[in-house]
Amino acid sequence: MSNKSHSPADAPLVIAGVEYRSRLLVGTGKYRDLEETREATEASGAEIVTVAIRRSNIGQNPDEPSLLEVIPPDRYTILPNTAGCYTAEDAVRTCRLARELLDGHDLVKLEVLGDEKTLFPDVLQTLEAAETLIKEGFKVMVYTNDDLIIAKRFEQMGCVAVMPLAAPIGSGLGIRNPYNILSIVEELEVPVLVDAGVGTASDAAVAMELGCDGVLMNTAIAGAQQPVLMASAMKKAVEAGRQAWLAGRIPRKRFASASSPLSGTFF
Amino acid sequence: MNIILNGEPYELASGTTVSQLVERLGLAGKRLAIEIDREIVPRSAYGKICFRGGERVEIVHAIGGG
Repeated sequence: MSNKSHSPADAPLVIAGVEYRSRLLVGTGKYRDLEETREATEASGAEIVTVAIRRSNIGQNPDEPSLLEVIPPDRYTILPNTAGCYTAEDAVRTCRLARELLDGHDLVKLEVLGDEKTLFPDVLQTLEAAETLIKEGFKVMVYTNDDLIIAKRFEQMGCVAVMPLAAPIGSGLGIRNPYNILSIVEELEVPVLVDAGVGTASDAAVAMELGCDGVLMNTAIAGAQQPVLMASAMKKAVEAGRQAWLAGRIPRKRFASASSPLSGTFF
Repeated sequence: MNIILNGEPYELASGTTVSQLVERLGLAGKRLAIEIDREIVPRSAYGKICFRGGERVEIVHAIGGG
């Protein structure tokens, strides 16, 4: 993959000891078909791609192409999620099945939900699942609230990345509490990625300008009128936000500061 | 005899192995994972494990998700 648009000073994103050049992680849900999934994923430049684990369709056409044929694990880092799990037990079970499915690949996105309306995480169940998974050798990227104290706890437990929500999953509301995200970014050593709530490119840029190590999104791309175009926009937004953060923005001031010299005027 | 396959009763000849079931479903060579009574069955054991009836079997694969 091309590295041209990155500043040479930028370090790669490192998750569980593996280096990634892209700081945009994408999901594969809600696309019209597998071809659109493939094209949008490609356009996003993402290297880490989330998938869900579900029952195989028994008795249906087994020759239908499958997701992992268009998103091949030898090209992408597949990140199985525990979406839809409301208990630690179901989440752990899902991760064990995913590891078997992916030949021992043990990077997982843990999410344990607590409420169907908001899809907010059940933090207590998530803590319980993370503890079991880490003991079993999984590398856990954890979806959680934008709560610094809990984020620190997940880091101390050994999660390889902490992924606070920006707003409810699929809501597209953007970064609702930038100061909470900023506190988490400032206090944690492990990568912090905004997961959930991004609606458009500027939201992704804001996350990166806050100093996040990456952004994970699905609906903002798949639900756009033109998903492939939005995937490309998100790629640029994440890169632009990252570069702006590295560059260091000017402080906010209440009054103007002229850009042109005040000396040498002839009027 | 019957097993419960992905939540539905499924008729199998006694002594059928996991490999034979996978073959019969047309899923041989597909990327999948199998759980029998909540225990993961490693791929290497598919040929060695026979169904006795009544097992709860889950066969899963990866689909789109965020």
